Amino acid sequence: MVRSTPSTRPAPAPVPGVVRDRSPRGSLHRASGEKPSLETVWAWLSAIPDPEIPAISLTDLGIIRDVQWQDETLVVTITPTYSGCPATSIINLDIEMALRDRGIEKLELKRQLSPPWTTDWMTDTGRAKLEAYGIAPPRPAGGPQHCPHCKSQAVERISQFGSTPCKAQWRCQDCLEPFDYFKCI
Amino acid sequence: MSTDPKFEFLCRMGDNALVLGHRVSEWCGVAPVLEEDIALANVALDLIGQTQLWLGLAGEVEGAGRDADKLAFHRDVWDFRNVLLVEQPNGDFGQTMMRQFLFDAWHLAQLTALIDSSDKEIAAIAEKSAKEVTYHLERSSDTVIGLGDGTDESHRRMQAALDLLWPYVGEMFLGDDVDAAMVEAGIAPDPASLRAGYDQLVGDTLAAATLTKPDDDFAHKGGKSGARHSEHLGHMLTQMQWLQRAYPDATW
Repeated sequence: MVRSTPSTRPAPAPVPGVVRDRSPRGSLHRASGEKPSLETVWAWLSAIPDPEIPAISLTDLGIIRDVQWQDETLVVTITPTYSGCPATSIINLDIEMALRDRGIEKLELKRQLSPPWTTDWMTDTGRAKLEAYGIAPPRPAGGPQHCPHCKSQAVERISQFGSTPCKAQWRCQDCLEPFDYFKCI
Repeated sequence: MSTDPKFEFLCRMGDNALVLGHRVSEWCGVAPVLEEDIALANVALDLIGQTQLWLGLAGEVEGAGRDADKLAFHRDVWDFRNVLLVEQPNGDFGQTMMRQFLFDAWHLAQLTALIDSSDKEIAAIAEKSAKEVTYHLERSSDTVIGLGDGTDESHRRMQAALDLLWPYVGEMFLGDDVDAAMVEAGIAPDPASLRAGYDQLVGDTLAAATLTKPDDDFAHKGGKSGARHSEHLGHMLTQMQWLQRAYPDATW
């Protein structure tokens, strides 16, 4: 299980805390009426892996835009990465399951289209995890800094489109390995 | 069918994305090379995702209980509002990419204008979609240039594709009462206002591709108004809607 460490993230999302309580699930259920803090909820969300790139979490990806209590209802605002990304419905399901498991009864998942998701919202931790996983992280310059395997800077693009909507296919001219590049959007 | 111009407009946006998305998805598994197969499937996926947003909003605006799936699968040819260009058959790979390029160039201009729409929901969908379509246009224009300015064979095929598809370009810029109502409400641009920028971009790309734009600007029409689709849409729908026609309201 990847644990998130505190990292800077773009506004308005608060910094996810470290998940400390790894005790059996049962102990996490609270007496009715007691609401977990928003920091706790962010920590729970930071432990949910992206369904298609499980090396990074949903908070690393920057798609959770807001978490708020509205009276007794927990409202989680999520923005889709790509409008047709099949992972979107799985992500909603994963969030719902994780939060219900922690005893959240009244939950609302809100879809927010604007401002549209951008790879600028990916955390530095998320970028480092991607690279370690073999996926070159997004760069504003429009291409990978280097091959995620051998670090050579001699890389060439094969296609703007890859195995998921968020990735492009590149190839290293030194180690000759093809690799995924998480493209900027 | 509702006559609310906003509903009509949303169906036009949604049906363009839906019909082209389905057409492009027909390449899945049979494209010339793996990378192109993946790219085509990704473009189709983006377009189907955008369809869900446009037709989802259309259903809300209509208020008759139809969601995006109902609109996509429970309407027949005469209720579709896509331009004729997107329903044209795939032909060879070059023809598919020429169709994509001629549509993408209009699509991005339209979405960019819609970001300033007075309707917040339409603006949000446009802002999201424009990011995706920027990649579509980058790829389709690169491919048109690569194949147009390629071998004798690829050049010949791209010129033939351009000659075949050019008569379907004009419809994207023809306005009607629905467009006038959208302009009036500040929701969408006048289609004719996008023509100059389109001609510039397409002209530059075709020049780089060493392709010659046909002189005749005759335009087939009837798709976006629904008056008369080409024979191809009905055939496509028999495939796309097969499951819902055989087993109405089937769910997983």
